Amino acid sequence: MRLDYKVEGGDFARAGWASSQVKKVLKQLGVDQNIVKRVVVALYEAEVNIVAHAYRGEIGVDIDAEKIVMRLEDEGPGIPDVSLAMQRGYSTATPQVREMGFGAGMGLPNINTNADIFNIETKVGVGTTLEIIINFKSNQ
Amino acid sequence: MSTPQFFHALKILEDVCIGCSHCVRVCPTEALRIRDGKSHLYPDRCVDCGECYRVCPVNAIINNHDDFDKIFRYKHRIALVPSIVLGQFKDGIEPEHIFAVLKGLGFTDICEGEEGAKLLAELINQRVSDRSVEHPVISSFCPAVVRLIQVNFPGLTPNIMPIKAPLDFSAMYIRQKYRDMGIPDSEVGIFYITPCAAKIVAIVSPVADDSSGINGFINLDFIYNKVMKVIKSTGGVKNIVPDRKSNLDGSQMLWALTGGEASCVKGRSLSIDGMKNVIDFLEKLENEEVDNVDFLELRMCDQSCAGGILAPSNRFLVVERMQKRALRVDADSLTFGIDEYREYLKANAKTEDIRPRTSLRYDVDVSKAIAKMEKVRRLMCFLPGIDCSVCGAPTCQAHAEDVVQGRSVISNCIFLQKKLENQRLLDSKHALRMIEKIWGKDRFDKNCTKKGAKNEDS
Repeated sequence: MRLDYKVEGGDFARAGWASSQVKKVLKQLGVDQNIVKRVVVALYEAEVNIVAHAYRGEIGVDIDAEKIVMRLEDEGPGIPDVSLAMQRGYSTATPQVREMGFGAGMGLPNINTNADIFNIETKVGVGTTLEIIINFKSNQ
Repeated sequence: MSTPQFFHALKILEDVCIGCSHCVRVCPTEALRIRDGKSHLYPDRCVDCGECYRVCPVNAIINNHDDFDKIFRYKHRIALVPSIVLGQFKDGIEPEHIFAVLKGLGFTDICEGEEGAKLLAELINQRVSDRSVEHPVISSFCPAVVRLIQVNFPGLTPNIMPIKAPLDFSAMYIRQKYRDMGIPDSEVGIFYITPCAAKIVAIVSPVADDSSGINGFINLDFIYNKVMKVIKSTGGVKNIVPDRKSNLDGSQMLWALTGGEASCVKGRSLSIDGMKNVIDFLEKLENEEVDNVDFLELRMCDQSCAGGILAPSNRFLVVERMQKRALRVDADSLTFGIDEYREYLKANAKTEDIRPRTSLRYDVDVSKAIAKMEKVRRLMCFLPGIDCSVCGAPTCQAHAEDVVQGRSVISNCIFLQKKLENQRLLDSKHALRMIEKIWGKDRFDKNCTKKGAKNEDS
């Protein structure tokens, strides 16, 4: 099953919309609560990243019986140093964004912790694409 | 006590129900449908919030309570009275008068529902400060909220504190007190005067524990009428010999009102009342959008128990009255008999873990569930999205789900019928029969006695 969402940069009031919708779908499908929680955390962080840093983005979600694949593609500044961005607490968010309670530098690390597979492709000045895969049958 | 799997105190009286669909549209868990001109319940979805009871224009939904005479099966008859009962009566009709009247009606003893609240506050604070448990800690006070979380927010059940409600503490205390006097349980009947249906369900079919020891329950509005009748027929409270005073201090008295619990909890606490507000906040919490809150007091009714479906007086006046009374409490008149049972109550304060009660939406098998959901999404392309409930379901989405689950047919949608008739694919007589199947035969004949019609009351 395919779900698509659009995300506008700077629209903090709506940040979390896609993750909230995906959560509802997974709950209705009867996916394990702990898995739903991981999906929500990962997708919410990724969604907020687009809102906080990019101009606009698109989220495509594919769900089958085994897994959920989330692809977030944004037009934005890109990430100059991915390994730095993956460190906990590192953030390039503006003071304004931090004041709103975002930009604590936990985004990418949190996604990484909750994903089974996490890929980043980024090009400075063009944008970033994240691929987050979470399996429904936990193999941990 | 043996009870069916999904016991509900609220019952739909089929012969009174006019199948108007008001209840269908307000149900927060989409548990109601109109079929054959009557409202029907999916019992696995109902959380006993009572919204249906509130909106029913013909009182076809009733709250089943015990026959009052049941109290006389016991030698010792104890009224378990929550403070919200006392708040229903105007100033001048004080707790001591109400207690006196209740005894005149046949009770032999009174225990107030919040006497154990002080101990409970301690236990809540212990749990809130225990960083090994899920935070925010969600109060277990409102049984409708607990069930809403079990059914609609299963991932949040670990947040609900596994601690009994104040009324359970009072019941355990009074039960044990009579045991200590050498009186066998069989001679002691404890009857809870309830402001709502959810409390009854919590007593009859507790979420996790089975030892509340309460023998029955009586609706608040029923007791209110009985008490008022006695007061009026004796010529007012001046002719009533007062019983003992209320045994609650200010914070106990206000426990059941919005903010009553949260104000006793150290840390960052929120109190949220009203069904929609509670649902919105739980959504946010489930989305992980809420940080650093320690305690949540959630109440299904607006103004908490003052807005209980069985509370006869205006909720805002009740709140004001109780807040004023709480300031006037005479600390010297309070007795703390319950304190002697502190250790006993503490040892019995916990419920078992509160588990999710997920009602199955599509299928246990995820791949089948996905297939069904995709089918729903395809059906939604054809349904109008008006949520008119003419199909008998609360929303187009709920109708599509019913169709996929084989509980309805897509052409029960009146808009699709019009389209099919227009394309000469559906005979108009057949279309009328379909609508009559949902709303009842003869339902669309002229009837001047219905609500708002010219002979309404005849």
